[in-house]
Amino acid sequence: MHNFGTFTRILNCPSVSRISHITSFKQIINKNVINPVVSTQPRRHASGITKEEKILARVEEMRAQAQLGGGLKRIKAQHDKGKLTARERVELLLDPGSLMEYDTFVEHQCTDFGMDKNKIIGDGVITGHGTINGRRIFVFSQDFTTFGGSLSKMHALKICKIMDKAMLVGAPVVGLNDSGGARIQEGVDSLAGYAEIFQRNVLSSGVVPQISLIMGPCADFTFMVRDTSYLFVTGPDVVKAVCNEDVTQEELGGAKAHTVLSGVAHAAFENDIQAIQRTRDFIDYLPLSNREKAPVRFTDDSPTREDPSLNHIIPADSTKAYDIRDVITRIIDDGIFFEIMPDYAKNIVIGFARMAGRTVSIVGNQPLVTSGVLDINSSVKAARFVRFCDAFNIPIITLVDVPGFLPGTAQEHNGIIRHGAKLLYAYAEATVPKITVITRKAYGGAYDVMSSKHLRGDINYSWPTGEIAVMGAKGAVEIIFRHVEDRTQAENEYIAAQRGFIDDIILPSVTRKRIIEDLIVLENKQLPIIYKKHDNCPL
Amino acid sequence: MLKQFGRLIINQNKSTCYKPLFYQNTRGFHSTYIAYYADVKTFDKILIANRGEIACRVIRTAKKMGIKTVAIYSDADARGLHIPLSYIINVNSIVLFQVSMADEAVNVAIQETGAQAVHPGYGFLSENSNFVKSLDEIGIAFIGPGESAMAKLGDKIQSKIIAKESGVNIIPGYNGVVKDADHALEIANSIGYPVMLKASAGGGGKGMRIAWNDQEVIEGFKLASQESLSSFGDDRLLVEKYIDNPRHIEIQLIADNFGNVFYLPERECSIQRRNQKVIEEAPSTHLDPATRKAMGEQAASLAKHVGYVSAGTVEFLVDSQRNFYFLEMNTRLQVEHPITEYITGMDLVEQMIRIAANQKLSMKQEDIKFHGWAIESRVYAEDPEKYLPSIGRLNKYREPVSITDKNEVRCDSGVFEGSEISIYYDPLICKLSTYGVTHNISLLREVIGSSRFQSGKISTKFLGEEYPKGFKGHVLNKESLYELASVAALIHAKKDLRNWHWLDDKGALLKSTLSEQAPKSWNLWIKINNEHIKTENYPNALIKTDWALESPLINTHFQIADDLEKTITIQYIDPLPIGFRLQHLGTKFDITVHSQRQHELSQYIHEKPKQDLSKFILSPMPGSVISLAVNVGDIVNEGAELAVVEAMKMQNVIRASRVGKVKKVNVKPGDAVAADEIMIEFDEV
Repeated sequence: MHNFGTFTRILNCPSVSRISHITSFKQIINKNVINPVVSTQPRRHASGITKEEKILARVEEMRAQAQLGGGLKRIKAQHDKGKLTARERVELLLDPGSLMEYDTFVEHQCTDFGMDKNKIIGDGVITGHGTINGRRIFVFSQDFTTFGGSLSKMHALKICKIMDKAMLVGAPVVGLNDSGGARIQEGVDSLAGYAEIFQRNVLSSGVVPQISLIMGPCADFTFMVRDTSYLFVTGPDVVKAVCNEDVTQEELGGAKAHTVLSGVAHAAFENDIQAIQRTRDFIDYLPLSNREKAPVRFTDDSPTREDPSLNHIIPADSTKAYDIRDVITRIIDDGIFFEIMPDYAKNIVIGFARMAGRTVSIVGNQPLVTSGVLDINSSVKAARFVRFCDAFNIPIITLVDVPGFLPGTAQEHNGIIRHGAKLLYAYAEATVPKITVITRKAYGGAYDVMSSKHLRGDINYSWPTGEIAVMGAKGAVEIIFRHVEDRTQAENEYIAAQRGFIDDIILPSVTRKRIIEDLIVLENKQLPIIYKKHDNCPL
Repeated sequence: MLKQFGRLIINQNKSTCYKPLFYQNTRGFHSTYIAYYADVKTFDKILIANRGEIACRVIRTAKKMGIKTVAIYSDADARGLHIPLSYIINVNSIVLFQVSMADEAVNVAIQETGAQAVHPGYGFLSENSNFVKSLDEIGIAFIGPGESAMAKLGDKIQSKIIAKESGVNIIPGYNGVVKDADHALEIANSIGYPVMLKASAGGGGKGMRIAWNDQEVIEGFKLASQESLSSFGDDRLLVEKYIDNPRHIEIQLIADNFGNVFYLPERECSIQRRNQKVIEEAPSTHLDPATRKAMGEQAASLAKHVGYVSAGTVEFLVDSQRNFYFLEMNTRLQVEHPITEYITGMDLVEQMIRIAANQKLSMKQEDIKFHGWAIESRVYAEDPEKYLPSIGRLNKYREPVSITDKNEVRCDSGVFEGSEISIYYDPLICKLSTYGVTHNISLLREVIGSSRFQSGKISTKFLGEEYPKGFKGHVLNKESLYELASVAALIHAKKDLRNWHWLDDKGALLKSTLSEQAPKSWNLWIKINNEHIKTENYPNALIKTDWALESPLINTHFQIADDLEKTITIQYIDPLPIGFRLQHLGTKFDITVHSQRQHELSQYIHEKPKQDLSKFILSPMPGSVISLAVNVGDIVNEGAELAVVEAMKMQNVIRASRVGKVKKVNVKPGDAVAADEIMIEFDEV
């Protein structure tokens, strides 16, 4: 009984399983004293007490050692780069004191290249679970101070363990990645470790949200930190050797490359602290798993609020652009919009918001950029987002102002048919509530694709400025009448409403109110899904 | 062509013995207009050939008088506030008031609607005598002066000659049109520097340049004549002595067709930037009754000399010895007319309409007295530091209201929340809490609050002297910093609790979180500008707010000690990645709120170096490129002209900030440029 009591006391002691000692690093560095044992717990085993107490003291010492990862020197190097350590990051990500760590004592088992003499407790990754604003998530955080955060077999198994747990209980996985890649000394074992993780990425997809901060193959969302994070399949040295291209890390795989050019990352942030804070904000939008509805958070914004200025937002001149984000922020709660991929394929805007407190997703054509035309990149960007939202029960609100698909050989030869089909496919298969508002143009095939009535749109509205047509009236007249200037026959806003393709024509000012009412109506929407092994969406 | 959206006018009418003939209630206006007329019918329908706040203002008086109104609008203005107030007609040109097209458009509108008279507002067609002439020809009344008086006085050169003939004091200068730049140089040297070059046909600071040396005369001549041509269709310039440290004081006149000319109390308009007024007050603190009378009588004699009718304003420069010199006469209703209305109780628009309907002014000069004091601030969509116009949408817009029932606050505006401020028109707004477009409210607040302004020791150089490097916003003192930091901490805590406030499907609180685990106290670090404040270090105070989450106004009550309490209002602008932007005392502050741990770790985060922009020339504002002075490969000196960008009818010379070789030119004349768009790139020489 006595022993059990001691054991419990130690477990409950925050200095053991929480990360509270890092504050003292600075003092240690200043004094130039390197002391691996940072715990303030008395070292009870010194005075010949019981064997159990001795073991516990040893455990505690190892735990304290694990706090330091690769040691103070490497921690200082990490700080000098303007980066935080793996533990500091976890600490900022989770609610204070909520981390429950697993596998603290894991070490690698490699014996080649003298590695058996070079072991660091924890093996370069911190894993466990904790809460963000009270909601449970699983987390792994790679420790660059330990073997450069490189992935060994044991390192991979630690990650796999929490991914399995997360799937089991239905909670998101957040990966804080800071790794040089495979641990070369382990060879094939390391590659196997990667594959194990990838397999779990795939199995978890659509079951629990997976968020990677800084890097991550196959995650749902990938966020990066500007200037200090890089992501590539092969690094600059290999590029130089194989292709004879001179390129810096930043140019090849920096945040800018991936958020603007490749579309691999979904957002970029200024520094570690900001990136982690925004990740917390982001998690707040997501249900913990596909078994839950989208979360509802308290708001002071009235669900019946009308916004008269929306009545004036569409320019009188139909060729003039406006910012669709001005429409979005006026419809949603508090005007707070978490935009995803804001710098990539800017002709479509996607992101999360809340309406009457519940998370919704927004997809809107952006007239400000190339008139909001659909092209390959924007179709793929929106398609992936729609599929995520469908998988996680997040209603989709689509704002349509689209002049069609982008014409031209560049688009056709790169497969606009195949890529445009992805967006159509995503909308057509989605079974979550789908509400569509046509703000202005809805022309041609793009009208069909943008969550039209025909793709099982639940509620389809048009503003009075809406125009649904096969093409713009001027173009249509030129084809039908061979340049006869009579547009009246080609342009009629009411035809779609007469056919029931539009449920109602609404004043822009009441859009928020109407959508919220519809979301309540659709709250328990159920659409049977036909059994199949899996679908075969265009890739 | 004055730039403006609207005005904020505060009346401090303290007089209790003031007894107007009778009261006439008007909607949303001050209620004490004196009716100087019996209610005799004037017109059935008038057309207002203007837009924005002045169109709304004229429509209001017309409605009060039972006159139907017709407003015109162009595509750029189809969402204007004056549109729903009246019958409208689209004149269908993007920029309505390009003089040549507008004339014709208005005539078409008159024929279509059967309007009997036209009120021109200010700017645009208001001082175009050809327009008046064309109205005369079709028998439509112009609510303003007659064609010949307007033509004579509208021309600055001629008006000076007339002023001299009428016995009005004038400034030493060259009375005639300047032939070319060399001629301008010659005149400038004969008068002595500094000199002012200004458009013969202009007003409102456009086509106006001050030169302190020969080089500036040559450059100024070119720019002023171009601006004058594009604004007024007339590139004639004149040169005069520039009076240092002057005050700008003007006399309002009102005259009828029966030879009556009356002068009203003066308006002091010395607070100016770019030679355009921003704050006006009436009466002036500088004038004594004798000077006031002398100025009024000279102004009236000028009007009589040319047979002027309707409302008009004679502008004077007044030096510290109260010597006054004729500047020009504005043959129209002025932007700042409401402050005169406030202190005299006279509705000037009504007077203008009645005069145009050939009614006789029934008052005497002795009847015109003033009571109290009024001030007008022009709220512009412009940055208060460099006065550059800003375009965009008014995301939040709330007009101030009088807190008493005496209508002490009047807000004339032509905009509403969601309005677009475009490059086509002048950027005048009017409001308290705006966001989205930059505005100058912080500057207006600081000027009115400054001790120098309150003491009345002002001149037209006030802004340049007080803010030599440009206005940088309110400088936080110990008290305002404490208020801001305390409110920031409070907001952070409210938002943090909200983040734990999860609801189930029925809207009930989920059990797990808020009550048990949510934070109960906060130990925060608040960073404002470069100051780090630890909330723990502040003394205990009871601070309450009724802030609805994410709403724009934060009313906060401070109970600092038993006998020390106050209530302040701070504006919540928008959230930032960590923290938020608040506006206090008219100036915006980016506020970072860190937890204790975030603060400790933030020491490791590197400040990112600002991008070196010295090799790039950015457009300082949205506008269009008028001309380019350099080509690729040119080597330019520091200060050399590179390009001219025009926005809101102001031409701005873009100059080289360093010696360099032009590497790339990204724009060509006629291109539209956005603010901060890279126009020209440099190489090292």
